[in-house]
Amino acid sequence: MPFSKYRIGEDPDYVPIGRRLLLLNWTLVALITALSGIGFAMLYSAANGSLEPWAERQMMRFGIGATLMIIIAITDIRIWLKLAYLSYFVALVLLVGVEIKGDIGMGAQRWINLGFFQLQPSELMKISLVLALARYFHGLTVEETGRITLLLPPLLMVLAPAALVLRQPDLGTALLLVAGGGVIFWLAGVRMWKFGLILGSALAAIPIGWQFLRDYQKNRVLTFMNPENDPLGAGYHITQSKIALGSGGLFGKGFMLGSQSHLNFLPEKQTDFIFTMLGEEFGLVGGLALLMLYALVITYGYVIALRCRNQFGRMVAIGVTSTFFLYVFINIAMVMGLIPVVGVPLPLVSYGGTVMMTILVSFGLLMSVSIHRDIRISRQGNDDGRQ
Amino acid sequence: MWHRDSDRFRLFTRRALMLGAGKGLLLTGLAARMYYLQVLESDRYRTLADENRISHRLLPPPRGLITDRFGAQLAVNRQNYHIMIVREQTPDVRRTLEILNQIIDLGPGIIERVERDVAKRRSFVPVTVRDNLTWDEVARVGVNAPDLPGLIIDAGRSRDYPEGPHLAHTLGYVAAVSEKELNGDPLLELPGFTIGKSGIEKVYDLALRGKAGTSQVEVNALGRVIRELEREEGESGNTVVMTLDLELQRYANQRLSRQESASAVVMDIHNGEVLAMASHPAYDPNAFTTGISHRLWNSLVNNPYSPLSNKAVNGTYAPGSTFKMCVALAGLESGIISADQRFFCNGHLDLGNARFHCWKRGGHGWVNMHNSLKHSCDVYYYEISQKIGIDRIAAMANKLGLGTETGIDLPNERSGLIPTKDWKEIQLGKRWQGGETLIASIGQGYVLTTPLQLCTMTARIASGKAVKPHLTRDHVAPDGISSRQNEEFPDLQISRASLARVRDGMNGVSNELHGTGYRARIDIKGMELAGKSGTSQVRRITMRERQTTGVLDNDDLPWKYRDHALFVAFAPIENPRYACAVVVDHGGGGSSVAAPIVRDLLIKAQELQSARPGISAADLPASAQLRPKPPQSEEGEG
Repeated sequence: MPFSKYRIGEDPDYVPIGRRLLLLNWTLVALITALSGIGFAMLYSAANGSLEPWAERQMMRFGIGATLMIIIAITDIRIWLKLAYLSYFVALVLLVGVEIKGDIGMGAQRWINLGFFQLQPSELMKISLVLALARYFHGLTVEETGRITLLLPPLLMVLAPAALVLRQPDLGTALLLVAGGGVIFWLAGVRMWKFGLILGSALAAIPIGWQFLRDYQKNRVLTFMNPENDPLGAGYHITQSKIALGSGGLFGKGFMLGSQSHLNFLPEKQTDFIFTMLGEEFGLVGGLALLMLYALVITYGYVIALRCRNQFGRMVAIGVTSTFFLYVFINIAMVMGLIPVVGVPLPLVSYGGTVMMTILVSFGLLMSVSIHRDIRISRQGNDDGRQ
Repeated sequence: MWHRDSDRFRLFTRRALMLGAGKGLLLTGLAARMYYLQVLESDRYRTLADENRISHRLLPPPRGLITDRFGAQLAVNRQNYHIMIVREQTPDVRRTLEILNQIIDLGPGIIERVERDVAKRRSFVPVTVRDNLTWDEVARVGVNAPDLPGLIIDAGRSRDYPEGPHLAHTLGYVAAVSEKELNGDPLLELPGFTIGKSGIEKVYDLALRGKAGTSQVEVNALGRVIRELEREEGESGNTVVMTLDLELQRYANQRLSRQESASAVVMDIHNGEVLAMASHPAYDPNAFTTGISHRLWNSLVNNPYSPLSNKAVNGTYAPGSTFKMCVALAGLESGIISADQRFFCNGHLDLGNARFHCWKRGGHGWVNMHNSLKHSCDVYYYEISQKIGIDRIAAMANKLGLGTETGIDLPNERSGLIPTKDWKEIQLGKRWQGGETLIASIGQGYVLTTPLQLCTMTARIASGKAVKPHLTRDHVAPDGISSRQNEEFPDLQISRASLARVRDGMNGVSNELHGTGYRARIDIKGMELAGKSGTSQVRRITMRERQTTGVLDNDDLPWKYRDHALFVAFAPIENPRYACAVVVDHGGGGSSVAAPIVRDLLIKAQELQSARPGISAADLPASAQLRPKPPQSEEGEG
């Protein structure tokens, strides 16, 4: 690709590197760091007051991820536009790759070992799908968006990776991919009745899809419907999580004093159920404070999107913000017993390298949109729509 | 083209804001749910969290002690050291056990059993390797502790009976709670908790048990104890002071030990305190406290001399001639018979077609009441029982404590049997036969008594009061102990004169030449006894046997067909204080086998009394005034 095109003097929208750093949303960086900081504290508590084995490694990952985030942020948005399809293609190939490898290896391996880092293609896909869809709809006019033939390719772009991920089986990620894709469709102006049609046929397909779920997935749904049915089995997690949260009360039991968490009644307290531990130790006040921080980050994403002057950037901004929101909502709703247990971590707070990377990379893209908000990009993907 | 883009932007903005509003709504929903869980339902969940983390554990209380009347310890709690292993604290369970096996002997198969147990439990749960370590073994393990990671020595309490078999039958024993005994009391479900299974340990189990303490501990999801939150110590059980005199008891056991199977009771005739109660052979109750082996149990159960049974209260015997005081009193009290009335004994009495023999071939000639007791003449009692009838005899027997439980504080006491006409009609559906009255009058036939009942009968004859035997100095109940101090037994409602006549006969038995118990008299001035022998048949002597070989001698019979030897007595004659009954199962003649044991026990009891200044009979009422008579003639058999 001819990146050389964006050299000084040739590109009227060129923003010098120093200026880009100045334009970087430092408030957003601070919010992200604050959320991660809360995560470190909770991981320190989860290990009974020790940096080992979680907090320290999580800090290191955050350091690497944050650096990557800033590099992505100061990279020209048009480069991301150009790379959109390629990254989607690579992610898709890798997904197929792990699928085949998993079939041969007789196990559900979801990642590829890159030596220093284990790459989960499904995580890469979460970002690539948003980029690819944003690029696709960036190239369509409002009228073209109404044409069903033109809606079929992006629909396929969503369903293909979702189906692959579902086979792994990873219900949570599949859900995130479909919902994230749906958001882009919505923003592109696809008619409401079409959503209604898709949603209706999806509901109709539930009985069929039910047969494709694994037993443990079926159990999770059934247990959600009636957790008291199986208090020591699958319902145990939800019940113990609610007990932990409820017993936290208004102000919580105090840092490192959560009995449910520290006496191991709460499962997976460092990953999926970390919000529960926070709720137990800091109470409603702590939980609401965390929720406020998340709400601020999401609002920030909207501000960036609305201030952006190119369609691609706007869509990417809302796309990644929505993915972030979905993580937060699904996780917290799950630990409070509002939805079935699906393996979705609490972004930036839960222990786990790959999700941390995904989130920070997507925030890098969001900031890149923000820095390059004034660049106008033609529907063809050229930098110049003015001639 | 740009106006089209601005259309697109407006659409985007509209839709983005709708989306944002939706997210805001969902986040508000999360906040509402948080409020519901953490504020509205908080109390409920707080309780649930506490139920999760707090576990209540019972602390077993120390069991109350049991002492003899002078405070000698009969049942105590001994420190019981056991060694346990915790899997997670040792790198290699098997290796550690093998090292331990070199230091103390574990016995065969223990290592394998512990390995299996350890594998079944969670890694932090201690598993018992061996119980009952000696102090020496504890020390050796302690010294080698660095080589034995994961091993813990734990001190528990286990019941110990320092006297071993000496008090097995009265004390009883404790053992692990069986499934049937669980009654919902969580204390009983504690591993290793023991309760009284027989004897005093069973009767006063609740009083001895005490009150359990509780400990509140914080546990994690796996049940591991994190820390103790609160502790409330329990109350140990009450100490039970028995009426037994350990020294007399030991002596009684020793005295019985020369017999195959025998029992003895010594009691205070005024207050019913049992000073010694022995049943031979005995067993070691310590074998039960930590779980008895199958082999030992079988050998105890299959022993023909029934060592597990307390024959003094659970054994029933035909009283034989010891029953004659009862018939004599019934006769005197009925007014039909006077003590001086004489009957002629020619060796047998014919009733209808049946002939009833006196034990003495050829008979006793003319006999009055005094001589009937002294010589134990059977025909005399055949005669008077015919005149007064079985129901008068039975009423007197009941008055003297026969035919019903004495109410002693021991489990499974037998009531024995005193037959009446009604009893036979109801129980056997047959009419009472005249000959049966004759057989009953010499304590044979349906009549059955326990050695304790015979001792009680003797005490009542000696004191004139309705004495009841008991084994504890004070009343013991789960809620406390109350004194028996001011308890008086009611009068028997038998005339003094009648009692004096019968006691006079008993005096003749022991202290007059020709008395059946003369050889076993007490020759020490002031300690003399008055008694009555009994020899009860356990087989029928046929006419054919009498005519051909003559009545077979006991020595020619197998053990179980030999006669029971019985002897009852009180002493001293002047101002009586003690009553004693001895039954030697299949021992032969009462006067030759049982009487010497009674004599020795009564001497010992009186010696112990004078050796211990605090306990004297001086202040006791003089209920019987008799003088020993000088020896007159040769002794016989009864």
